[in-house]
Amino acid sequence: MATKAVENTGGEAQTHDAAPEAVVVRFAGDSGDGMQLTGGQFTLSTALAGNDLATFPDFPAEIRAPQGTLFGVSAFQINFGSHQIDTAGDAPDVLVAMNPAALKVNLGAVKPGGLVIADTGEFTKRNLEKAKYAANPLEDGSLAKWDVLAFDISALTVEAVKPFGLGNKDALRCKNMWTLGLALWMFGRPRKPIHDWLRAKFKGKPELAEANIAALDAGHAYGETAELSGPLHQYTLEPVPTAPGLYRTITGAEAVSLGLVAGAQLLGLPLFFGGYPITPASAILHHLVRLKEFDVTTFQAEDEIAAVCAAIGASYAGSLGVTSSSGPGIALKGEAMGLAIMTELPLVIVNSQRGGPSTGLPTKTEQSDLYQAVYGRNGDAPMPVLAARSPSDAFEVAIEACRIAVQYMTPVMLLTDGYIANAAEPWLVPDPAAFKPMPAQFLAEKNATDADGNGELLPYKRDAKGARPWIKPGTPGLMHRIGGIEKAIDTGHLDYSPGNHQSMTDARRDKVLGVDVPDQEVCLGGAGGRLAVVGWGSTYGPIHQAVLRARRHGMDVSHIHVRHIWPMPANLGELLRGFDKVLVPEMNTGQFKTVLRDQFLVDAQPLTKVSGQPFQIAELEAAIATYFDARAEDAGGQEIEPNEQQLPSVKAVNP
Amino acid sequence: MNDMTPITTLKDWETDQEVRWCPGCGDYAILKAVQRTLPTLGSDPANTVFVSGIGCSSRFPYYIESYGFHTIHGRAPAFATGIKLANPDLDIWLVTGDGDGLSIGGNHLMHVLRRNVNMQIMLFNNEIYGLTKGQYSPTSREGTKSPSTPLGSVDHPARPCAFALGAGARFVARGFDVSKNLPDVLTAAHAHKGAAFVEIFQNCVVYNKDVFDDFAKPKGAEDRQLWLENGVPMLFAGGTRGIALDRATLRLDVVDVVDGDWQAAGVIVHDVTNRAVAHMLVEMPFGPFPMALGVLYDDPRPTFEEGVIADRARSVAGKEPNLAKLLGSGQTWTVDEREGHPA
Repeated sequence: MATKAVENTGGEAQTHDAAPEAVVVRFAGDSGDGMQLTGGQFTLSTALAGNDLATFPDFPAEIRAPQGTLFGVSAFQINFGSHQIDTAGDAPDVLVAMNPAALKVNLGAVKPGGLVIADTGEFTKRNLEKAKYAANPLEDGSLAKWDVLAFDISALTVEAVKPFGLGNKDALRCKNMWTLGLALWMFGRPRKPIHDWLRAKFKGKPELAEANIAALDAGHAYGETAELSGPLHQYTLEPVPTAPGLYRTITGAEAVSLGLVAGAQLLGLPLFFGGYPITPASAILHHLVRLKEFDVTTFQAEDEIAAVCAAIGASYAGSLGVTSSSGPGIALKGEAMGLAIMTELPLVIVNSQRGGPSTGLPTKTEQSDLYQAVYGRNGDAPMPVLAARSPSDAFEVAIEACRIAVQYMTPVMLLTDGYIANAAEPWLVPDPAAFKPMPAQFLAEKNATDADGNGELLPYKRDAKGARPWIKPGTPGLMHRIGGIEKAIDTGHLDYSPGNHQSMTDARRDKVLGVDVPDQEVCLGGAGGRLAVVGWGSTYGPIHQAVLRARRHGMDVSHIHVRHIWPMPANLGELLRGFDKVLVPEMNTGQFKTVLRDQFLVDAQPLTKVSGQPFQIAELEAAIATYFDARAEDAGGQEIEPNEQQLPSVKAVNP
Repeated sequence: MNDMTPITTLKDWETDQEVRWCPGCGDYAILKAVQRTLPTLGSDPANTVFVSGIGCSSRFPYYIESYGFHTIHGRAPAFATGIKLANPDLDIWLVTGDGDGLSIGGNHLMHVLRRNVNMQIMLFNNEIYGLTKGQYSPTSREGTKSPSTPLGSVDHPARPCAFALGAGARFVARGFDVSKNLPDVLTAAHAHKGAAFVEIFQNCVVYNKDVFDDFAKPKGAEDRQLWLENGVPMLFAGGTRGIALDRATLRLDVVDVVDGDWQAAGVIVHDVTNRAVAHMLVEMPFGPFPMALGVLYDDPRPTFEEGVIADRARSVAGKEPNLAKLLGSGQTWTVDEREGHPA
């Protein structure tokens, strides 16, 4: 989805069914073939053409998997069109397969009658063997149900870059630009932005820039020529009518980074980011390290624990401390989060969720850290939890996380996932002037008077929100000690007494439960009725489209998408009780469903998928339909099987 | 960082909290030594932060009237690093122990020393886990009997100063709880710009009583303690014995000094910047040799926070913190007012 403004225009009456105005293209090749780069640049040119879009980058966990193997296939899928796009698309219309392995693991996904483009130069005996093909599929008739365009992209590329005197290996590296050139021709995209980008990328090596440009142009020219005699044709997609303004494409990792910077700026605080390399969270560190002019300090720590501890230390000293990781790293940070809860210091923890437990599926997406976020610490350790629903939404959610952390003196967990972190979408660039500054307050003088009328410092004296004052070391006269041992009310002295622990536990709980969370809105449909589909996080896109389609078929179904996972919106329970049935699709085994049941005693039903693949619209549509087929016995409680059509390809992962 | 003019007295560094270590614990003496030293450094309580981990030693911040952060087990160096990066003007004292600093927190101790974050690190070494009631620790001598090693421990102890030097520390010193020289050692640590590591032998009277008596007890101390001083020959036992370097084997030897002629005996002069000799001093086994005390090594180099500040200056040069510009950066396009289409 593009922006809020686009969502408004994407109302039910105006949105088309079956979507002939949308195309799904999947680029697939060896992990060394540069498919992510090709996809990224194609995304940009698509955005520039005014189509709405969503992408799904998928790459193997291995950095350089052996060439030509099934598990070394890297793919990038983009869904774009002339109406609102919410997901990376179900089945591709076009597959570009750079080698036999890429064909093998992706072919099953392509729509019957779809176009398959293959590089015959890579269909050698050896590569066919690596892909476990007994015979060459381009020649044995097994591709009859698709339009196949097979030609020697490798040779054409080598020919095109000949004038630049590159070695054979370097010349072949330009294959992805040749392919991109062809794709640009197919969808009528201008080449100039890519030319400019290549010249900037290879600033120091003009011959490489020009060779890549020559390959790109050759691919484009090939399209024009081949059109005359074959399955290749041009697609024309009208731009989406969208709200006026300045747009860019943005990934979730970029949006989180920008949101953190914006949040710190609005609070008037330096931002301190402590991180440790982990997939897929590292991108946030990489973005922030380039933004030091915004009073950002980044620290690559020796481990996940040190990363969060340094961030807490920085918050103690008056910066906004932030740390980020994925599930295994978040687990390591647990004890330190408890200290931030006990010492009541601001902290933002970003969890880019991936498949678990343990190392799990490092490069695949999942939503299975919800229990960890809400409950996963020792002791009664309440912490606000927010979830972003899309790359662009992550910007606003990051600002909200910063606000809650500082105004309530508490750590806050921000959940994204591998899909949100890596996927790109168009973003209507907001005007920072539209955001209200919320300057942080530091205590400058003693905040109480003792029995003798002398000034007294009470580091744990709470304000109306239940928050204690933020006191920076270096402030004269306010020396005090904090730590992880239970604190006495007001004074913060060590206090193990039973009554005090009860009071302080209650105070920490009530502070978090009292966080000002906006009322829950209904994204689509009525505020009551037959069925509510309740989601959180990156399932927004497929749920939204599935509910849209179901409603068009006359089903009384609403979409509710929750940003504030903890504390939840005050009206959510009442809202859910207004529906006969509640269905909760999640990429886990039903964690949010359990929390909803616990909090509101509603009969929430799970719909789960833990294959490392996002939901497809069709899967959700089918699940919704079971509530309207007059058979009660098949509704709810379903588990969705791994999907052959989807990325990551089942065959690539488990050849 | 501070000038040396006292602006405080010992009393100014005492808190209203009742000190809760066991009676006779070496920590009391260390606390007094620190409180006695701070005024002489010209330190300002408002600008001083004591950071600790978990263990008996880590209760220290509660008893010093400054800013204090009692954190979690082993992680104090990481908190202190964050504090220093957020505000490099703060004067940080880190308090840890043999379990906190070398067992659960060994990794963080290594990295704070390697990075050379400017702070004083006091490792109270009592060779035992006190707060958890007496289990053997990573510095316990082989054969230490404890609740977790009833027949005596079998693993080889870590040597804190050797660890620190190996991790890249640029200041390594040793003292012990009741030593009158401890304030001097702490003063030198404070004067060193960078991570200054001080191992302080501390008597745990409950679980490992008097384990350092063989060198720390006053009687015969002269024969068993080698107090190092920069530019001064390594002499002990009233100047009758000294440390020499056997140039053939590259090993240290104890030699007798006759009539004060230490040069004839081949006694070497302590050079605090000699890293090779420092490695030998921290490994010098007590028994055949005296216990090396005082400043073993002191050779500053640029600190981590200086590097971070310089890196920031380089990366922000010529850049304006313009949020609107940042949000609208990258490849952008504009959608036209009337058309609703890209311009």
